[in-house]
Amino acid sequence: MNQVKVTYRPSDEVDFVIVGSGAAGGVMAKELSTNGFRVVVLEQGPYLTPNDFSHNEIEVFNQHQLTNNPRLQPNTFRRAPQEKAKVQQSVMYGRCVGGSSVHFTANYWRLHEIDFIERSRVGEIPGANLVDWPITYNDLEPYYTKVEWEVGVSGLAGASPFDPPRSKPYPMPPLPVKGSGVIFERAAWKLGYHPFPAPMAILSQPRAGRDSCVNCGFCLGFGCEVGAKSSSLASMIPLAEATGRCEIRPNSYVHRIETNKNGRVTGVVYFDAKRNEHMQKAKAVVVCANGGETPRLLLLSASSQFPNGLANSSGVVGKYLMPNSAALAYGVFDEPINDYKGFAVSRVMHDFYELDHTKLGFYGGGGLDARFDMTPAAFALFNLPPGTPKWGKGLKQTMRQNFTRTFEIFCHGTSLPVEANSFSLDPDVKDAWGLPALRMTFRDHPNDLKMMEWMADRAIEILDAAGAKTKWRTPVQEQQFAVHLLGTCRMGSDRKSSVINSDHRTHDVRNLFLCDGSSMVTSGRGQPTMTIQALAFRAADRISGLAKRGEISS
Amino acid sequence: MKPDQAARRNFLLQIGGAVGAAWVNAQWPAILDAAQHAHQAINSKAPGKLEVLTAEEARQVEAVCAQIIPSDDLPGAREAGVVYFIDRALKTFSSEDLPTYQKGLVNLNKLTAEKYPGTKSFADASTEQQQVILTELTAEPSEGKLGRRNGPEESTDFFQTIRTHTIFGFLADPSAGGNRDYAGWKVVGRDPAPVFSPPYGYYDKNYPGWAAAKPEAGPK
Repeated sequence: MNQVKVTYRPSDEVDFVIVGSGAAGGVMAKELSTNGFRVVVLEQGPYLTPNDFSHNEIEVFNQHQLTNNPRLQPNTFRRAPQEKAKVQQSVMYGRCVGGSSVHFTANYWRLHEIDFIERSRVGEIPGANLVDWPITYNDLEPYYTKVEWEVGVSGLAGASPFDPPRSKPYPMPPLPVKGSGVIFERAAWKLGYHPFPAPMAILSQPRAGRDSCVNCGFCLGFGCEVGAKSSSLASMIPLAEATGRCEIRPNSYVHRIETNKNGRVTGVVYFDAKRNEHMQKAKAVVVCANGGETPRLLLLSASSQFPNGLANSSGVVGKYLMPNSAALAYGVFDEPINDYKGFAVSRVMHDFYELDHTKLGFYGGGGLDARFDMTPAAFALFNLPPGTPKWGKGLKQTMRQNFTRTFEIFCHGTSLPVEANSFSLDPDVKDAWGLPALRMTFRDHPNDLKMMEWMADRAIEILDAAGAKTKWRTPVQEQQFAVHLLGTCRMGSDRKSSVINSDHRTHDVRNLFLCDGSSMVTSGRGQPTMTIQALAFRAADRISGLAKRGEISS
Repeated sequence: MKPDQAARRNFLLQIGGAVGAAWVNAQWPAILDAAQHAHQAINSKAPGKLEVLTAEEARQVEAVCAQIIPSDDLPGAREAGVVYFIDRALKTFSSEDLPTYQKGLVNLNKLTAEKYPGTKSFADASTEQQQVILTELTAEPSEGKLGRRNGPEESTDFFQTIRTHTIFGFLADPSAGGNRDYAGWKVVGRDPAPVFSPPYGYYDKNYPGWAAAKPEAGPK
């Protein structure tokens, strides 16, 4: 690809501006530019390349090389709407070209049929506003397949009896099993469960000019130095740029969407790296900024014409935040597992995907995976058994004995949509650019906490069956930190209770589209990126069709 | 978890406790509550040279680190050069912790002098005496005299900060400036090789493949 990269001037009225270059924005950029449109992608963060990635935990974690920096962009948090929120980091997301897909674990589960029709299956749940999606699994299936083949997902079709139907196998075999996977698998089978090779957005074979995974062991939290992790940066962005029609413009912090007196979007205003303001003109705007920043941008774009925020006549913008629930159990074994080598997860189990709520007294479901995702320092700080001495011989002996012999079972599950759980603009706290900080209001639905208790107990049973020498689980607590930012501009056919329609077009503004975790109507079972990208492929199809038929600008 | 409370304030309270180890891991920034010194690489300075701590402070700090991760048949914090990691941390990403160290060391030496009259400083105490002092320092404030005498928060803050830094400086990838000659990784058994191929350990060594391992296909 020696092609000169295209650049546009802010005054050039391009066909589409895409805000955000992550899981959804990368797919959107590649699809729209491939379909012949002129596209500018504005990304808050820098344009890093694999040469910039390292195993330096200070740079990556302490200096926020890949993620939002709470010092520059503080968040506030509160449990309930009547409380005053306090400054406290409550969200984390990728802030670089490729977004969170640069540092993610890369678990790629499809949603199942049930995830789209939970409300009609289960009925009303008190304290939640569960609704059906306006699309079904069948509508999205071709796009899940597209993700697997175009973004690059390794896995084994048919391996899980709980999998929904698929039109094509995975393009690559699963990644090699790890010791954690073998132990988990044997124990799960012993208990009558159905473990299967984890579907992962990491290349098990070289593909599309990218290398396969070299098992360096610095995966979750880090950028991939060989491009084997199928981030938007590695997979989609290069294809978008190769069209010669797409400009990726990093260090561009969009803070307002401009509208004209007809209520149409005319472009977006952003700060460049030197904090100079520009307006990029566009015929249409697609916001893929993540489930926190997308509603924030709509709220920041309030005007006399749109007093509650842009595209917010429903009042639903920012509401129904679903971060997924989580619980953890650890086991220590007799022999070295050495699970620090390689990617995080090699075996998953979906036997609890659809639990019988009439018997258990709670609704929901989830998946379990066997993993090791700790650096050695993180391990010594957080993953030693309860009661380990804080210092001295006992501490050293335990870390020495356990590091190579421990793995964890991670339980992931549903979050119910609760109206009060939301993102909004903080009335007092500002970021380093003087813009209102993102405020998170969140309290887990009691149902979700019950479910995670139940799941963590099952994880302990599996560790028991596996013969773990030592095992423990972390207490299930109310969450106040989110990385899965889902549901905050929900899709729906009723404009009074949703923000976008099934084409991802906002009900209120004809040439404004939203696509990312915010579009999701239910939370799924804990691994949303696959669905976010399938939605982006589908949305790009719909949006391209509308544009070609002249149904956006007219 | 009461003894941890003060130092966890900057960390766990920010992120809400047990949200999941993966998320906690990804939450490193709050662990040391880093100051923003954009890309001021901690490893840019020659090792073995102090820039923030005085030689005397460094001697005390190293004595504490060496009690947290002692040397035995395998290296400890001393051999891993943790004190230099801490010195550079205090110059760069953790500069706001310097007063915590300075006050903490003053308290530590005061406690040493009270407990063992004639002993000039913590570093000059015998290893057994140091362990007695640290046991007292890390005990719950209400149970020990220290709480009333020296201020429980300051003392626990100091211990938790230096503990976190010590573990970090012992086990982080050497590109982050600690873990000299992979001393820490030798202890925990992490192979410093940059890439690996399976099998990785005891349990995956003779794995027959998923299809063959499935119960209905196997002899079980």
